[in-house]
Amino acid sequence: MVTIHIDNQSYQVEAGANLLQACLSLGLDLPYFCWHPALGAVGACRQCAVKQFKDENDSRGRIVMACLTPAQEGLRISIADPEAHAFRAGVIEFLMENHPHDCPVCDEGGECHLQDMTVMTGHVHRRYRFAKRTFRNQYLGPFLNHEMNRCITCYRCVRFYRDYAGGRDLNAMASHNHVYFGRIEDGVLENEFSGNLAEVCPTGVFTDKTFKAHYTRKWDLQTAPSICVHCGVGCNTLPGERYGTLRRIQNRYHHEVNGYFLCDRGRYGHGFVNSEKRLRQPLLRTEGSETVAPVSPTEALAHLAALCAGPTVIGIGSPRASVEANFALQKLVGPERFFNGMSASDAGLTRLILDILTRRPVRSPSLHDMEQADAVLVLGEDVTNTAPRIALSLRQAVRRAALEIAGARHVPLWHDGAVRDAAQSAKSPLFVATHSATRLDDVAAETWHAAPDDLARLGFAVAHVLNPDAPEVPGLDAETAALAGRIALSLSAAGRPLVVSGTGCGSPAVIRAAANVAMALGRTGQPAELCLVAPECNSFGAALLGGEGIDAALLALERGEAETAIVLENDLYRRADRAAIDRALQAAKHLVVIDHLGHATAAQAELVLPAATFAESSGTLVSSEGRAQRFFKVFAGNGEARESWRWLEEAQRAAGRGNGFDGLDDVIAACAAAHPKLQGIAHAAPSAKFRLLGEKIPRQPHRYSGRTAMLGGINPDWSVAILPLPHTTPHGLQPVADRSPLGRAGEGRGEGVPLIDTSAKGNVPHPNPSPARGRGANERPQINIHEQKPPNDPDTPLAFSMEGYGGAAPAALIPVYWAPSWNSVQALNRFQDEVGGPLRGGDPGVRLIEPGADWIWFSEIPAAFQRRADEWLIVPLYHIFGSEELSPQAPAVAERCPRPYLAMNPADADALGLKAGDQADLRLPEGALRLPVELRGDIAPGMAGLPAGLEGTAGIGLPGWGKIDRETRP
Amino acid sequence: MEKPLTKNFLPNGAFPDLAAYELAGGYQALRQALTRMTPAEVTQAVTDSNLRGRGGAGFPTGRKWSSMPIGAGAPRPRYLVANADEMEPGTFKDRLLIEGDPHQLIEGMIVSAYAVQADVAYIFLRAEYTRAAQCLRQAIAEAYGAGYLGGNILHSGYGLELYLHISAGRYMCGESSALMNALEGRRATPRDKVLRSTDSGLWGKPTVVNNVETFCNVPHIVTHGAAWYKALSRSADGGTKIYGASGKIKRPGAWELPMGTTIRELLEEHAGGMMDGFALRALLPGGASTEFVLDEHLDVAMDFDSVQKVGSRMGTGTLVVLDDRTCPVGMLRNLEHFFAQESCGWCTPCREGLPWIEHVLAAIEEGRGEAGDLDMLARQAKFLGPGYTFCALAPGAMEPLTSGLKYFREDFERHIGERRCPWRG
Repeated sequence: MVTIHIDNQSYQVEAGANLLQACLSLGLDLPYFCWHPALGAVGACRQCAVKQFKDENDSRGRIVMACLTPAQEGLRISIADPEAHAFRAGVIEFLMENHPHDCPVCDEGGECHLQDMTVMTGHVHRRYRFAKRTFRNQYLGPFLNHEMNRCITCYRCVRFYRDYAGGRDLNAMASHNHVYFGRIEDGVLENEFSGNLAEVCPTGVFTDKTFKAHYTRKWDLQTAPSICVHCGVGCNTLPGERYGTLRRIQNRYHHEVNGYFLCDRGRYGHGFVNSEKRLRQPLLRTEGSETVAPVSPTEALAHLAALCAGPTVIGIGSPRASVEANFALQKLVGPERFFNGMSASDAGLTRLILDILTRRPVRSPSLHDMEQADAVLVLGEDVTNTAPRIALSLRQAVRRAALEIAGARHVPLWHDGAVRDAAQSAKSPLFVATHSATRLDDVAAETWHAAPDDLARLGFAVAHVLNPDAPEVPGLDAETAALAGRIALSLSAAGRPLVVSGTGCGSPAVIRAAANVAMALGRTGQPAELCLVAPECNSFGAALLGGEGIDAALLALERGEAETAIVLENDLYRRADRAAIDRALQAAKHLVVIDHLGHATAAQAELVLPAATFAESSGTLVSSEGRAQRFFKVFAGNGEARESWRWLEEAQRAAGRGNGFDGLDDVIAACAAAHPKLQGIAHAAPSAKFRLLGEKIPRQPHRYSGRTAMLGGINPDWSVAILPLPHTTPHGLQPVADRSPLGRAGEGRGEGVPLIDTSAKGNVPHPNPSPARGRGANERPQINIHEQKPPNDPDTPLAFSMEGYGGAAPAALIPVYWAPSWNSVQALNRFQDEVGGPLRGGDPGVRLIEPGADWIWFSEIPAAFQRRADEWLIVPLYHIFGSEELSPQAPAVAERCPRPYLAMNPADADALGLKAGDQADLRLPEGALRLPVELRGDIAPGMAGLPAGLEGTAGIGLPGWGKIDRETRP
Repeated sequence: MEKPLTKNFLPNGAFPDLAAYELAGGYQALRQALTRMTPAEVTQAVTDSNLRGRGGAGFPTGRKWSSMPIGAGAPRPRYLVANADEMEPGTFKDRLLIEGDPHQLIEGMIVSAYAVQADVAYIFLRAEYTRAAQCLRQAIAEAYGAGYLGGNILHSGYGLELYLHISAGRYMCGESSALMNALEGRRATPRDKVLRSTDSGLWGKPTVVNNVETFCNVPHIVTHGAAWYKALSRSADGGTKIYGASGKIKRPGAWELPMGTTIRELLEEHAGGMMDGFALRALLPGGASTEFVLDEHLDVAMDFDSVQKVGSRMGTGTLVVLDDRTCPVGMLRNLEHFFAQESCGWCTPCREGLPWIEHVLAAIEEGRGEAGDLDMLARQAKFLGPGYTFCALAPGAMEPLTSGLKYFREDFERHIGERRCPWRG
């Protein structure tokens, strides 16, 4: 620590720290644009100018940029100095020369860093009297809107997109005051992290296009801390709601997990919450009927209670449902009749992974840990497409070598410009061994594409080179042995090596091989880091509850060992062979589905209960790191959708067997008691009883508008179309019951005017129990605009209100980043003790998994891949957009999803007489598919790739052997 | 008077080929340096000669070279770059040197490269210098043919590869760090100076960047020694200098003269004085990015320190003369148009400030000036000054403006007051 003097006040800061960062950490207001805590300093915008003095006798001083100044003992600066102040206002005036004067119609308005900085510098009057420069905007795809006239040329976009995220198709073009940030031509931005530009851009050049489509101001959004549900990484998110629809997702900072950035699937995949396919009320199939009919929750619960009283009820849980939902189901059916809802393969692999991470001496790293790795082996996992945010972290790990070079030249590591000048493209070793090319190959020291068994053999070979005690690979060819030697050399030379693998290529051998490498690395000192990517947002949580995969459940149904199946937030058809599911469901007497979207499984159910999505419920997810993290209800939801655990508990109560689960904390407590491995989940976030100065924490910002109109039943946003639901009238002039003591509910009902009971949900449109609505000229509905109480939330310490404790909340409960003078996302600076460091009070979540000590090598080494004469090994090809179940429900993501295809080695295709684009027939045990052929040199001969999880390919067990023929014409 | 730099120039515009250059004693310095001197001795000779960088900043060349890490443990490859991106308005001395005697530059570069033990050298040439490019291509080929370039030059064990790189054409590339970025294929934006290029320059490796004229001096220093070289000069800075002059003068041109020749001698003797009917108003002593000097400063010696004492810089040593029949506001507008156009767009004050200044100057010249405009210009000039901007481009652009506002205040005020340009009638 050193002492520095700012405006004659002494402060202790870390030696060599970035002065701008230090000032911000001290809570001082110093404006900036081009600097970003994750991107470092380049000194372009000149906005953070301060006056530096040689000593206390120096009265002249000189202007320096805080972002390029290291904090050294005795450093003496002034922020308030009139000259520095005038210059900072002058920089804003320069930036305003060409910036439009139309904040009121700009999407960024109200959360614009440029607005904040303008106010901060005191610049109020523009003297520039000449014509403004204008640009043409580009079409950049479905995610981002481009408005170049708003550009202030801070270079952050290209520094994030190119330097940080490895994108190639966005660049700075032209020069002087015509620098243009865009693509060479209009087109979809290719990089998987493009959406971060909306947050990185300090003004309205790059804005969230999906948000624009149903725009609202930041201060009108109701927000709550959440966790992304679109992969197993567990990125922290901040979803925002207005008028009953989820409007957008922004990054929620977590120092150990996602830092400042999300992937585009996580940011844009939330559209399923607003989907027309949402189930909004219970549906019941009356006996012998082909169709289901809506029923009241009471009827539905009575039905479920009756089914549960039956002889054998099994529960099929879900890796995409919360720990609490899965636990409530397990509680209802009993542990021996609970299945974790994963495919047979995923269930086995996830169990294997948990076994490795809890019993072997290997440690699951956070993303932040991964970024510190100085040598990385990726074995078998296409992380960019299965756990995208990890790929962004691995890109940062590759830069360790550059930082070392710069450090050796005494360049401060926050000085991004100088680091890149000094280290150029120096990279730490990254080895990517996968069954097909990945989007990390461009920064890899070496890539190797081979069949899963060969990948496993490579891993086992690396482990053996690292530690001769690890089993040797029999019959290893010279090429693989040499590669294994090079990988082992790099990993053993590293200070912090990392191995990354996962369930992606469906091979337990690959995971075991990765574990051997990590164990071989860890022997001398600390446990080595091993990241094993789980397929879904709560794969670990579901697996920790125990239970087998759905294959066992299907078998039980088919054999008649169970009569009733309750399927929780799960479309079975995505996880097993269609025929097997059909047989099982036909054999089942009763099928109950609790989910938020209609799907093939729900279509066969006797009873369907509408489940709240992540945005309408609270619960816990366990990430691939083994971190239990709580997500919170963002809004109360529409229709009768409620938390799955609540449905299950209410059904049990209806049957007279309730567990006493009145709130989420009760479920958590029971779960923690029943499952020692899940004991930590109670500490993932403060309980519902938590209060600050006796108050809850408001989900609505203090500037939230339109509340009276909304809660009074009048929707001020007439343009918002509320989803048309059976028996639901559009949200609008809805007659409502007033349950307040002064209300006249009974009176209203007595008049025969259909009144809606809003006691449970408050501000949301409710299904109208009576389809007949007489509204003659003389029968104008009674409109009650009395402001109702906001919906109650017994599960969390957050309130559906703008009232409550407005000060600093614990990190797990921060609903919005806002601070005086800081309205943009960069208000985050005010929530960290040290800007760029952990959130004040510690980052949220609890690690449930820590290394074990069982030093047992895996020795089941597969034989080398042998191609077959008339069959191909069909391997899964993952797509960030398309392979995951929920995100393609978002229209913007759907636009980016590929159509099914068959990827083949050109030589193999040629042998079959197939050219690119030709139709091929792929025959698998699950059935036949006709697919266009794509030629891919990265796919080894004897293998072929099939996109995973798409409509038409989901449910196919991959890898597996299949026959390929030219299209056979009928 | 000795004129080592231009002694081989031919009258007909042709240049001495290898044979002619060798006949005139060419490549003897190379032979002497590589076969009879250590690299350190070459550097010492250059240090002793008081040769200062001819690109405009006047940094002592020997000192720059001394900071190059050489020896067994030093990083490789090491680079040497000739900055031939001569885009300073009013400046054309490097072009003359290249076109007049390309082998002199090449020999100078090889000797210099030997001194700093560079492995690869580049000539970064202004795109418009097509004739210079032709000369260099031929000369480089000849030098390779004669074994002066390539591996194991003259059996000395030292080797050097030399490449000619034609710039895509930006004034910014004349700034040595932006030049390195451009050479690497990156945007021609300047680098932060926290790293010295001799530690971490081109591709992060030790790099020496010198001006063409600087390199051309080196063979003569090696051949004749530092004492001889210093004796060529009339000032503390060693050697001769290519001075030039343009404007309404009788004989615009460039001349090799002893360092420290006075402005008056340049203007009156060599340039022949003002054209008939024109009187001297002021002049920029060393290209567009230097401050105006007036009649009263004409007896100042043109060397780095002396010109600085009267508030300007010698810069490139090429005078731009303003006469009494040319509108100074129009001249400044033209200059600032150039700088605004050539700003790389990296830092805010330069990118946004220069076009604003240009707009204001245009408005004043066209009779649309407003009362506060001069204060505005003065304020902008401050915010575009040293320390405020990322590199020296904008501060350089402000040198003629701030001095112009001081010396031509009345002209500005007349423009604004009369709402017209008095020179346009």
